[in-house]
Amino acid sequence: MRSNFATQPFTFGKLHPSRKRLDGLSRFFFNSSNIIAIAALAILLLTIINQAFTMVGTIDMVDRTTLIDSPINSLSKTELISLLEQNLTANRLKTLDRDTPLVERNQAQLTLLVESEVFKTSIVASFNLLDALLHYKSLETQIITSYPQARISMRSWIDWAFITNAMSKKPEEAGVRTAMLGSAFIILIAILFAFPLGVSTAIYLEEYEYKTSRLARIIQLNIDNLAGVPSILYGVLGLAIFVRALGPLTSGNLFGSEAANGRTVISAGLTMALLILPILITNSQEAIRAVPNSLRLASYGIGATQWQTIWHHVLPSALPSILTGAILAISRGLGETAPLIIVGAATYITKNPTGLFSNFTALPIQIYNWTTRPQAEFRNAAAAAILILLILLLSLNAAAILWRNHLHKNR
Amino acid sequence: MEKQWAIETQELDIFYGDFRAVKHVNLQIEPKRITSIIGPSGCGKSTVLRAFNRMNDFIPSAHATGEVLFQGKNLYDPEVDPVLVRQRIGMVFQKPNPFPKSIYDNVAWGAKINHYTGNLSDLVEDSLRRSALWDEVKDQLQKSALSLSGGQQQRLCIARALAVTPDIILMDEPCSALDPIATLKIEDLMRELSNSYTIIIVTHNMQQAGRASDFTAYFTMDADRAGMMVEYGETSQIFTRPRNKSTEDYISGRFG
Repeated sequence: MRSNFATQPFTFGKLHPSRKRLDGLSRFFFNSSNIIAIAALAILLLTIINQAFTMVGTIDMVDRTTLIDSPINSLSKTELISLLEQNLTANRLKTLDRDTPLVERNQAQLTLLVESEVFKTSIVASFNLLDALLHYKSLETQIITSYPQARISMRSWIDWAFITNAMSKKPEEAGVRTAMLGSAFIILIAILFAFPLGVSTAIYLEEYEYKTSRLARIIQLNIDNLAGVPSILYGVLGLAIFVRALGPLTSGNLFGSEAANGRTVISAGLTMALLILPILITNSQEAIRAVPNSLRLASYGIGATQWQTIWHHVLPSALPSILTGAILAISRGLGETAPLIIVGAATYITKNPTGLFSNFTALPIQIYNWTTRPQAEFRNAAAAAILILLILLLSLNAAAILWRNHLHKNR
Repeated sequence: MEKQWAIETQELDIFYGDFRAVKHVNLQIEPKRITSIIGPSGCGKSTVLRAFNRMNDFIPSAHATGEVLFQGKNLYDPEVDPVLVRQRIGMVFQKPNPFPKSIYDNVAWGAKINHYTGNLSDLVEDSLRRSALWDEVKDQLQKSALSLSGGQQQRLCIARALAVTPDIILMDEPCSALDPIATLKIEDLMRELSNSYTIIIVTHNMQQAGRASDFTAYFTMDADRAGMMVEYGETSQIFTRPRNKSTEDYISGRFG
C-alpha cells in the first residue's frame, strides 16, 4: 500500500505566533547582559567625556593685550620664554628652572605657564560638555553677567600639556607625566619578574609534574586561591616583605641610594608582580594545555629530550596565548590602586621616577587623589586622566588581539 | 647459532595502574621485514607497540615487567635512556602529526637535535626520496607542512622518522586517517622501506595486514581483559591455515 504522504503537496505554513514570540523573547533575555554591559560602558564613557571637555570662563589679572599683540597660540617657543623671563621674578625663574629648564619645556607647557604666571589667568566658571552644548547661549550670558571681562572658550582638559606636565597645586596646570611614568615603571618591573616566573611555573606544572601528584594538586589549589585574593592583601604582603623586611634592599641604601625607606618603585613593582603572577600562571597553563599532545609525541618519537620538546614545540605553539595572557595581566596591573596605596605611593610628586629606588605614584592613585580634592576643576583633570588610562588599557588589549592574530597567521 | 632478532620481548607484562593490559608477550621480530600486529580493539596491540620505544613512559600510570631486548640490551633497564631508544626505534602515529613548521624543518629538526654532522640538505632530500615524497614537494620545501594533504603529511612523518636513521620503524595504524589511494601509497612505501628497515605495524585493517606484511601476530583478550598474543607466524600461514580457532574466527570476520 502506498503512503498518503507522497501525494500531498508540501506547503509552507506559518509558525504559531506564540512560538515566534517566545523565540524572540528568549533571544532578548540571553542577550540582556550584553545590552546592560554596553549601556553601562556607554554611560561611563559619556560621563567622563562630559567632564573632560568643558566650557570655561577665564579672567586675566594682567591684561594680555598690553604684553602681546597676537593671540598666544601663535607665539613661538622663544617668544614665550622671553615673555616669561621679562615678567617673572628671578627667584620664580630659578624655581622653574630647577624643576625643568624652560628651554626643555614644550610649546604647550610654556603657553600654559605664560597664561598662569604672566597673565595670571584663572578659571572663574566651568560647565560640563553636555550643558555647554545644550545651553551655550544662556551659560554665556550667565558668565558675562557675573564676570563682564571674562573670556569664554571651550577647554579640553586632555591635551599635550596635561600629558607632559607634572602634578601641580593648580588644577589648570596639573598633568599626569609623573603618574604615567610611575605606572610604566611599576608595570615594567612587575612583568620582568612575573613573566619568566609565571611561565616557568606553568611549564613545570603542565609538563613535568604529573597532574595527579599530591604536590601538583597542592600547588594548583594554592594558585587558584591566590588568583582570588583581594588585591589589597597583596598590598599588605608587599608592605610586610618588600617595604619592611627587605627595606635595606628596596630602599637601595645597600647600593648607595638615599631613599628614606622601602616605599620605592621597586617595592611597588614587585608587589604588582606577586599580584599578576597567579593570573599569568593560569593563563600560561591553559595555553600550554591547549597544545595538542600529538605534537609532543611527534617530538619525543624522534628522540627529542623533554627540554627540546618544550623549547622547540610546546612553547612556540603556546606563545601567542601566553603573550595575550601577559598583556591582559599588564592591563590588570595598570588599573590596580589598593596595593599601591598600602605599599606607599606618593599622592603629590613632581619629580619623574629615575631609577628603581625613586618615590613613585601611578595613574589610578593620581585619579583617586584628584577626585578627593575640594576644587571642582580637579574633577575635570581626573576625568582627563581616566580617559588616558582607558586609552592605555584599550590600546594594550587591542595590541594583544592584533599580536595574537599575527602570530597565529604566521604559524 | 641463535638467530639475531630485530627486537624481541620476553614475558612482557604491561600495567596501567593495577590493571594488566598485556600479559606474557613473547614476540620475536624478524629484521628487515614487515610484521603486523592485529586483533580486536582493546587487546593491547598499541600498548605492545609503544613498549618497543618506551612511548608508554608518557602514560603516568603505565609500567612494564619482563624484557624488551634490542641488540642484546633490555630497553627497560634503568641504565637505558629512553631518548636514545626512540632515536633508534622511530614511530609513525595514527593521525599525521607534522610539526607546524616548514617541510624542510620537519625533516631536518630530528637530525639537528641528534647532533647530525653531515649535510642537512642532502639528508632532507634523501629522507624525502626514501619516503616517496620528494617529487611532490621538492619545489616547496619552505612551505608549511600543514599545507600538505593527509597522505603527504603521513609520508612526511615517515621521512621525519627516517632522518634520524633508525633501525626499526613502528607504525601505529598509520593509514586509519587516510583514503584508499593514500593508503596504497603508504603500503608501497613500507614494502620499499623494508629493504633497509624493520617495520612493525599495528592495524585494524585485515586486508592491509594480509597485503603488506610478511609476519603477523594475532592478539586477543582473556577473561580479565588482559591482552595476549594468540598466534604468530608468516602472514600467508596465519591467513590461510591459522592454527588457532580464535584467529580463524577473527580473520574470517566472524568477530572483531
